[in-house]
Amino acid sequence: MQKEVLVDPIFNNNPIALQVLGICSALAVTVSMSTTLVMAAAVTFVTAMSNAAVSVVRNRVPSSIRIIVQMTIIASLVIVVDQVLQAVAYDISKSLSVFVGLIITNCIVMGRAEAFAMQNGPWLSFLDGIGNGLGYSAMLIAVALVREPLGAGTLLGFEILPKVTAGGWYPTNGLMLLAPSAFFIIGLFIWAIRSWKPDQVEEAEYEISPNAHYREAM
Amino acid sequence: MSEPSGNDKPGFDKEGLKNVLFVAIAVCLVCSVVVSSAAVMLAPLREKNQELDQKQNILRAAGLLPVDAKVDAQGHSVDEIFSEFEVRAVDLDTGRFTDAVDVSAYDPLKAAKIPAESMAIPDDEDIAVLGRRENVSLVYIKRTDGRIDKLVIPVRGYGLWGTLLGYLAFDGDLETIAGLGFYFHKETPGLGGEVDNPNWKALWPGVKAFDANGEPAVHLVKTRSPEGSEASSHEVDALSGATLTTRGVQNLVKFWTGDLGFGPFLDNLRTTG
Repeated sequence: MQKEVLVDPIFNNNPIALQVLGICSALAVTVSMSTTLVMAAAVTFVTAMSNAAVSVVRNRVPSSIRIIVQMTIIASLVIVVDQVLQAVAYDISKSLSVFVGLIITNCIVMGRAEAFAMQNGPWLSFLDGIGNGLGYSAMLIAVALVREPLGAGTLLGFEILPKVTAGGWYPTNGLMLLAPSAFFIIGLFIWAIRSWKPDQVEEAEYEISPNAHYREAM
Repeated sequence: MSEPSGNDKPGFDKEGLKNVLFVAIAVCLVCSVVVSSAAVMLAPLREKNQELDQKQNILRAAGLLPVDAKVDAQGHSVDEIFSEFEVRAVDLDTGRFTDAVDVSAYDPLKAAKIPAESMAIPDDEDIAVLGRRENVSLVYIKRTDGRIDKLVIPVRGYGLWGTLLGYLAFDGDLETIAGLGFYFHKETPGLGGEVDNPNWKALWPGVKAFDANGEPAVHLVKTRSPEGSEASSHEVDALSGATLTTRGVQNLVKFWTGDLGFGPFLDNLRTTG
């Protein structure tokens, strides 16, 4: 049980690929690997700690104010993370700018607190938070692995594709530096994962019926 | 509500008003203690980072530090390079150095908000849309053998979405611009945000800030005047697609090199050295 809770969200129940949550930060921070890693660590920490904290108080919290209690806990953790980043990694915290603060509204954190931590014990909830953080991280790192080399010719700041502007052969792809490219890449990853694990393919909600009056159109 | 209530004490009403208030207050108390202790304990580190960041901004504006590195070509650290700079307070009205404030703790931006330490700028002269201007500002001077080598002044002004904050650096003649850099702005990425573009910033060094009469003369233009002409020495390319940001940058340079900005100070410094 513990192992499933920890490992499942990475491929079988990936918060981005299957649940399609937390997309906005996945688009915004994956331009470079270093910001991606910091963001992934921050989200993992917040999800795990908020899950554990929400789980500890779950039997005491009245259902009428449970969402606001979860928000307060999550927001406090995010502020702490933001402060720590400003203290130890100032440059990265500057380039992450608002996105650290926006972890508060990241659907993964809130979703796990409400869906999992309110029903399970603190240790299991903690593992679930780590697992979902890792699932988020895996997806972000995969996207950044494509975007940074193709967009800037570097990885973690080290040159791997020599750029034309610096005398090399690789013309950088500006699209990769813009948010839409992450949409395409995430879409391709979802396609790949669902081809590998067909049980993730959602059933069609409706079927388009064949056009019975095709002559009318002619 | 779906929770089994069997393990609760008799008489305990989870959904009751008492418990709602208790939980709300307890959560707020615990969270506020966590947040404020993190803020207080990390404050010294944060301030140190901000100070270092500010030094980097000043050095980058002066062209003494590469954009993407924390050491210069000779491997000197930010603190080492910055230690060659002398920080002085300047009374902007008289244009002379002043010892009225403690430079290590003084913040011109804060002073600009305090009525006693600032002046309201008359509307028709407020080209940078600042509202108020501090009476005392800071300058950063690097001397070599007693002669001024670089002078950096803080500048700011309204662009399209908000105020741009930056530094303008002069060479030793106090007339030739050595660089301009912004460390805070809210301009549109890709358009006005190109004020951060290294290629554009590279156009600034060498531009003459004043005309023959000593008036601010920097212009951001769509078409450059012929190479080598007097007008062309005051010109920088405008940013395409960012007319209002361009205008804002031109105005803020004009304001801070003008009579209400550092104009009188630069005049004095040129004669006294």
